[in-house]
Amino acid sequence: MHKWGMVIDLDRCSGCQTCMAACHAENNIAIIGPEESAMGRTIHWIELLPYIEGEYPHIKARLLPRPCMHCEHPACIKVCPVGATYVNEEGLVGIVYSRCIGCRYCTTACPYTVRSFNWYEPRWPKEMKGSLNRDVSIRGKGVVEKCSFCHHRLLKARERAKAEKRELLSEDYIPACVQACPSNAMYFGDLNDPFSTVSILSRERRAFKLLEDLGTEPKVIYLSEGM
Amino acid sequence: MDEKGFKLGDDAILLQPIQRTGKTFYLTLFSLIAVILWAAGAYIYQYRDGLGVTGLSRPIYWGVYITNFVFFIGISHAGTLISAILRLAKAEWRRSITRSAEVITVLVLFFGVGNILMDLGRPDRMLNILQYPHLQSPLLWDVLSISVYLTASSVYLYLPLIPDIAILRDHGGRYQWFYRIFALGWSGTERQHHLLERGIAFMAILVIPVAVSVHTVVSFVFAMTIQPMWHSAIFGPYFVCGAIFSGIAALIVAMNLIRKVYHLEDYLRPVHFNNLGILLLVMTLLWFYFTFTEYLTTFYGGEPIHMTIFWMKFTGKFAPYFWGMFLFCFIIPLPILSFSKTRTPFGTLIASISVIIGMWVERFVIVVPTLANPRLPNEAVLYFPTWVEWSVFAGCVSFFILLYMIFTKFFPIVSIWEVREGREKSMAEVQERIKTYLPGIGVE
Repeated sequence: MHKWGMVIDLDRCSGCQTCMAACHAENNIAIIGPEESAMGRTIHWIELLPYIEGEYPHIKARLLPRPCMHCEHPACIKVCPVGATYVNEEGLVGIVYSRCIGCRYCTTACPYTVRSFNWYEPRWPKEMKGSLNRDVSIRGKGVVEKCSFCHHRLLKARERAKAEKRELLSEDYIPACVQACPSNAMYFGDLNDPFSTVSILSRERRAFKLLEDLGTEPKVIYLSEGM
Repeated sequence: MDEKGFKLGDDAILLQPIQRTGKTFYLTLFSLIAVILWAAGAYIYQYRDGLGVTGLSRPIYWGVYITNFVFFIGISHAGTLISAILRLAKAEWRRSITRSAEVITVLVLFFGVGNILMDLGRPDRMLNILQYPHLQSPLLWDVLSISVYLTASSVYLYLPLIPDIAILRDHGGRYQWFYRIFALGWSGTERQHHLLERGIAFMAILVIPVAVSVHTVVSFVFAMTIQPMWHSAIFGPYFVCGAIFSGIAALIVAMNLIRKVYHLEDYLRPVHFNNLGILLLVMTLLWFYFTFTEYLTTFYGGEPIHMTIFWMKFTGKFAPYFWGMFLFCFIIPLPILSFSKTRTPFGTLIASISVIIGMWVERFVIVVPTLANPRLPNEAVLYFPTWVEWSVFAGCVSFFILLYMIFTKFFPIVSIWEVREGREKSMAEVQERIKTYLPGIGVE
């Protein structure tokens, strides 16, 4: 069984936000206007968190790309009253959009605040309608959404492997953000395979996880910079 | 024991609100209906456009509606719990106040539940809670315990109503058929009385643990998450204490209104307000104790993630709310309730209104600041409730008052048979009881 995980090398990340753009295009993320954005209604499945350390003049700003952590013990799943969010055996945390009642308990319980809510019906300019990704369902108003590690790509890869009558390889499946990263700062693969790149990197000295002490056991591993 | 066609005598005034309805009633009724319609319009707007019409955002996902949910469920502890405790303690002064307390419980619960439903992004899917229940979620514990509480407190309201419904049936007013059905053939026999007392006593005992569980579980919605200043073991008792606190305050306000409007000065006397005032004073101090413990623990531990929220409440952008809460929950009611001179109906009314406002703000101060400070860096958004949220809140309060008013027009708001029983039987009973307490007065 695969255990999908991601490694983000902060030494290589240039903060260019290509991952965010790729994610928006891939996952049909609604476009929120500037006014609503100012109110905090933007939806990002991956975004760059600004970490400001120290005080002037010894100040240092870092940007940290943050997708869903796909925790082994997710705080969001326990609290859902209708079981609309789950972690599957491959370690992916998913949402059943058609079952979500929009109570936003998961959004408040997630310590990483990765979950977004559809405050309005999603809208796209007419010109963009044709470029929506047909593999990803559109979330209506009133439901919660978040990064799925591009789960639809896994389904597609598995179908392809089946058609070619072979086992699914880790290389067959890669999320849009990892694929798009121009500085090769992101890696994706099977954490259960001890020889996979992500597995080797996750055991590196620079490896750390966000809010590790909460016991959520994220499957997104960061490699700290400047060491 | 009362015979079937007993004379109302002195208690005729208790039936007057049912028999006669004045102009003020209709005026109030229509203004309340106007507010409710306005709120309904606001909600329809929200239903159609989405929750974006509220002031909520990321990361402040919960606001006025969840505050209202906790607040209204809290108010519901007025009734049944207070009434059950007073009944079990055989406090004789309870007789004229239990009914008005029990009605609050049953009616206000609907607005607690209603607020959480109005907070849903997809209210059309609310039945998923029954179809796909996920028992691990504290919200589902709420669903369970609130349903049990609503059922139990409805039964607990209805049982002591039966003899009074029978009185209404026998006194030939309007809606005879209605009272006939709900009087369940009550004729006031010894056996019926015995069964009724047994039923009431059983429900009174049952309803106390249920009521405690309800607000404990409401607190668990917050305490079970690992969010800073929510993840606290004290939350269960803290919420129950706050609930009883605001519940008694709501009861005192309701009693003041009933007393004035229906001229029941003889039934709701200064002594009732004095006694409830003492109870409210105890809860004021208990509330302070819990609040003090909660914040001192946070402060002494000094974990940065908790302290950010702590300082936001003490000196930061939530300081007006926090200190407002402290003013309304403690500083205003404490001196009023401390002296018997000010523990008058009017004095306790002022203290109670202050407590109700303070407890609403308290719920707000628990819900919002924690959400405004997630563990990871986030956009600093401020939460200001919009007119939609305020309208819905006003609508809920108005709807509650409306239902309460209508109740008083169909049932006596002071329990007639219990007052009569107190007058006729309990004098002797209390004397007997005292004899069993002390030596030397066994013989009359």
